Amino acid sequence: MSVLTPSCPIIIPVKDHVSLGHGSGGKLSAQLMRDVFLPAFTNETLARLDDQAVLIVNGTRIAFTTDSFVVKPLFFPGGDIGSLAVHGTINDLAMGGAQPLFLSCAFIIEEGFPMEKLRRIAASLGRAAEACGVKVVTGDTKVVDKGSGDGVFINTTGIGLVPNNLFLSASEARPGDAVILSGYIGDHGIAILAEREGLEFETAIESDSAALHTLVAEMLDTTRAIRVLRDPTRGGVSSSLNEIAQQSGVGIILDEQAIPVRDEVRGACEMLGLDPLYVANEGKLLSIVDPAVADDLVATMRRHPLGRDARRIGTVTAKDPGWVTMRTLLGTTRIVDMLAGDQLPRIC
Amino acid sequence: MRYIDEYRDPKIAQALVDRIAQRATRQWVIMEICGGQTHTLMRYGIDELIGKQVELVHGPGCPVCVTPIEVVDKAVEIASRPDVIFVSYGDMLRVPGTRCDLFRVKAEGGDVRIAYSPMEAVKIARKNPDKKVVFFGIGFETTAPANAMAVWKAREEGLTNFSELVSHVLVPPAIRLLLNSPTNRVQGFIAPGHVCTVMGYWEYKALVDEYAVPIVVGGFEPVDLLEAIAMLVDQLEAGHAEVQNQYVRSVTYIGNQPAQKIVENVFEVADRKWRGIGTIPQSGLRLRPEFAAYDAEKIFGVESRHADEPAECISSQVLQGLKKPVDCPAFATRCSPERPLGAPMVSAEGACSAYYQYRRHAAELVCVP
Repeated sequence: MSVLTPSCPIIIPVKDHVSLGHGSGGKLSAQLMRDVFLPAFTNETLARLDDQAVLIVNGTRIAFTTDSFVVKPLFFPGGDIGSLAVHGTINDLAMGGAQPLFLSCAFIIEEGFPMEKLRRIAASLGRAAEACGVKVVTGDTKVVDKGSGDGVFINTTGIGLVPNNLFLSASEARPGDAVILSGYIGDHGIAILAEREGLEFETAIESDSAALHTLVAEMLDTTRAIRVLRDPTRGGVSSSLNEIAQQSGVGIILDEQAIPVRDEVRGACEMLGLDPLYVANEGKLLSIVDPAVADDLVATMRRHPLGRDARRIGTVTAKDPGWVTMRTLLGTTRIVDMLAGDQLPRIC
Repeated sequence: MRYIDEYRDPKIAQALVDRIAQRATRQWVIMEICGGQTHTLMRYGIDELIGKQVELVHGPGCPVCVTPIEVVDKAVEIASRPDVIFVSYGDMLRVPGTRCDLFRVKAEGGDVRIAYSPMEAVKIARKNPDKKVVFFGIGFETTAPANAMAVWKAREEGLTNFSELVSHVLVPPAIRLLLNSPTNRVQGFIAPGHVCTVMGYWEYKALVDEYAVPIVVGGFEPVDLLEAIAMLVDQLEAGHAEVQNQYVRSVTYIGNQPAQKIVENVFEVADRKWRGIGTIPQSGLRLRPEFAAYDAEKIFGVESRHADEPAECISSQVLQGLKKPVDCPAFATRCSPERPLGAPMVSAEGACSAYYQYRRHAAELVCVP
């Protein structure tokens, strides 16, 4: 059966151009991976689609990951592109249970970019790496014509060591498991949006940008019954959970009342017509764990400064595989869908 | 959070659900006009809670959804010009025209920008005197004052590079059209709270008197909507028909008069085509002749464009409450938010999109043959 009738006037060839939505972490990003990159690079390690590759070299398990940072504005409340480039890559390593060791760092700089700002970014990146106990051991610099970039783009690649008996993956969630979230959601995305659009709120919202490897280390000291760790960055909590539900072939049901959102972030989202479940975080993690250890794990997380507000937000189910649903405040059930592209502010 | 938490309180909501269950002696058909209200009803599953007593049907009040396909085509044509900066509310960018949407224009190099207010477009015009800055002035009565104010300000400042592509629609003529239809099933209306914040609710009295249909102005939180439904059920059971205001924390009888004044100064009432419905007489706003210099349709010569909608789309029946989104054979198969066939799937607040986003799961379980 044809998908659209020939007379249909709105056949939109969405696939012949890259749109911003392809970088949103939603369905379009997944489509890009599936249609373009996976077929081009096909191998078993990549096919796992985890935040990091875990490689065995001479019997040692090494986590390996890379991330590019194109944030605008470059400086924002709670951080800047330099510290973010360290935290983002360390978190991708940490979500594989790795102890981060070394980073590479590549700068793509637009001609005419102020040297003073570049110094500030480099210093911030260096300070963040030192605070995390990792070294930036190699790098690269490219300068592009004015107009061919947007100030500064940074790529960081990281490696770390993974304990031998630890197997974390988005495909490991099992029915009955508990879903744990480490704290308030949406801070980073709203802080960036407010700064970029010049929106002013009574209380400034700060990005939660932070490196989560020490929190993860303490979690793993408490229990090895952790099956999945994910940092819900672009696309937010809902995109990460949808990926886990699909890769593990399970359902996930969330409790709306349990999901922590700061009043400032809620207020901004209400005003702009955004859903905090889809807003980016840079210092939060989701954990899927054996229900028997959930309470102990939450208690451990709460003793760590980055897990103070940790709580259980849902349960993995055998019912409805591939779907994330939510028990609403009113006791009804709704879907928590993966968005196609970015959330758009509504007209009214 | 004040004005939010108390209107999402599960206990208050349950008390209203109980009140509706106690009062209703039969199933009533109630339409919420506004897409924001549809969104809340679906998001909180309110139709699940009161389904036995009230059938909710979803009205044409999503401004993005009812903007005709040819207006999107005009926007695409204007935004594609190298001398233009095209500024729009965010959710218009994904609405498909005949060839493509505004996102595609942006991907092809067009200068398309998202704004939260039309005044931002005026600011952009001031900063870019060598460019023609066009704002996509769409919406119901809610956005009309700000869109009117932008034109007014541009004239006051003597800006010659600012214009608006206007496609404004009005709520009362759409309700009248629904009530005049021989197939109408709607027995009570929830009027749109944001529109009434601007316009007041005096306009709805004539409809209530003429058609003996109860209308309650409602807000956008779950408790607002349950209370508005309870008020309508009370009226329907008692055989009354009057206009009542549930959204008292925002809406007054006369509305925001300075806002109404600026709309009247800049715009005039005109016939308007609605996507999914067709032309409704005297149902829209256009720029008054004295503001022709700010009319993007005239400036760029795109007035006469025409386009047809996909034949498969049943949106005219959905927007009139005759069918539910899940009744459409294309729903969630050939029609989705990524590839919408028609109006109610294009914006998050459209009825089909709200079903897709929040209730597709239940729909699939029910509809699997």
